[in-house]
Amino acid sequence: MKNIKYLLAGIYFGIVLVKSQVISWFRIQEMFQLTSFHMYGVIGTAIVTGIISIQLIKRFNIKTFSGEPIEIAPKQFDKGQIFGGLIFGLGWAITGACPGPLFAQIGSGFTVVLITLLSAIAGTWLYGLLEKKLPH
Amino acid sequence: MSFLYQPWYWLPAGFLIGLTVPLLLLLGNKPFGISSSLRHICAACFPAGISFFRYDWKQQAWNLFFVAGIAIGGYIGGVLLKDPHPVEVAAATQQRLAGYGLHDYSSLLPAELFNWNNLFTLKGLIFFVIGGLLVGFGTRYAGGCTSGHSIMGISNLQWPSMVATMCFMAGGFFCANVILPWIFSHII
Repeated sequence: MKNIKYLLAGIYFGIVLVKSQVISWFRIQEMFQLTSFHMYGVIGTAIVTGIISIQLIKRFNIKTFSGEPIEIAPKQFDKGQIFGGLIFGLGWAITGACPGPLFAQIGSGFTVVLITLLSAIAGTWLYGLLEKKLPH
Repeated sequence: MSFLYQPWYWLPAGFLIGLTVPLLLLLGNKPFGISSSLRHICAACFPAGISFFRYDWKQQAWNLFFVAGIAIGGYIGGVLLKDPHPVEVAAATQQRLAGYGLHDYSSLLPAELFNWNNLFTLKGLIFFVIGGLLVGFGTRYAGGCTSGHSIMGISNLQWPSMVATMCFMAGGFFCANVILPWIFSHII
């Protein structure tokens, strides 16, 4: 059961997502209406924390707990980041959720978001079907 | 222990979210990212001979355990540690939402919109079905979501992730300020 540790990491992340209110549809509307700093503060702090962590890992050659070297695959640019990014942005404002918060919203009692999750899975499937015909 | 029931201020909350990046790297060299889980579910359940879904998804099963954990964490944070107070929302946004007919701030999502009674209505079609499709299609096309690009990618100083994040925001601004007001005044 080597994957149990990721379940625990997910539980940690899920609790933080709810308590920070970033799974809130209201908070997402505030962000896009520029009426609150909250979401910008959360995302900005998370990015700064992430940058510092990765720099420390690289600088000091920190290994995983089991002693393997840490390697992060670089991201290649393609036009999907523009077209797909814009499409996801539309969905983000409608659902008030990115993929992670979808799972947290369901857990926090909004069971109807299961339908949104199924639709998101269908959307992913549709992308797989059309992948080769889309500009990249 | 009252802080467990209260909403958390953005600074500690953002820090704890950011810590997920080194946590997953230290646990097993895993890049933080969640939208891939949707792809693994497709590959496991409905591959349909599509080449995009022909890979050994079991190698990536950790990601499915991670999202299952997020749902459990959602239950702990949103049900067991539920904040008894209404969500504090900026006055200007409350005013706009009142124009949409939304007044219930008792939980993190507007219960008037996100409930099963709306499933077979235009609201359900737009907010659950179409919204979900756009999230799933868009994140996969973009090769990541807010976790994979905006946090993990930018944390690793990857400029394509910066481009993706700017497009997420542009799409969101357009939708929240142009499309949603139009939908609420003309369609539902």
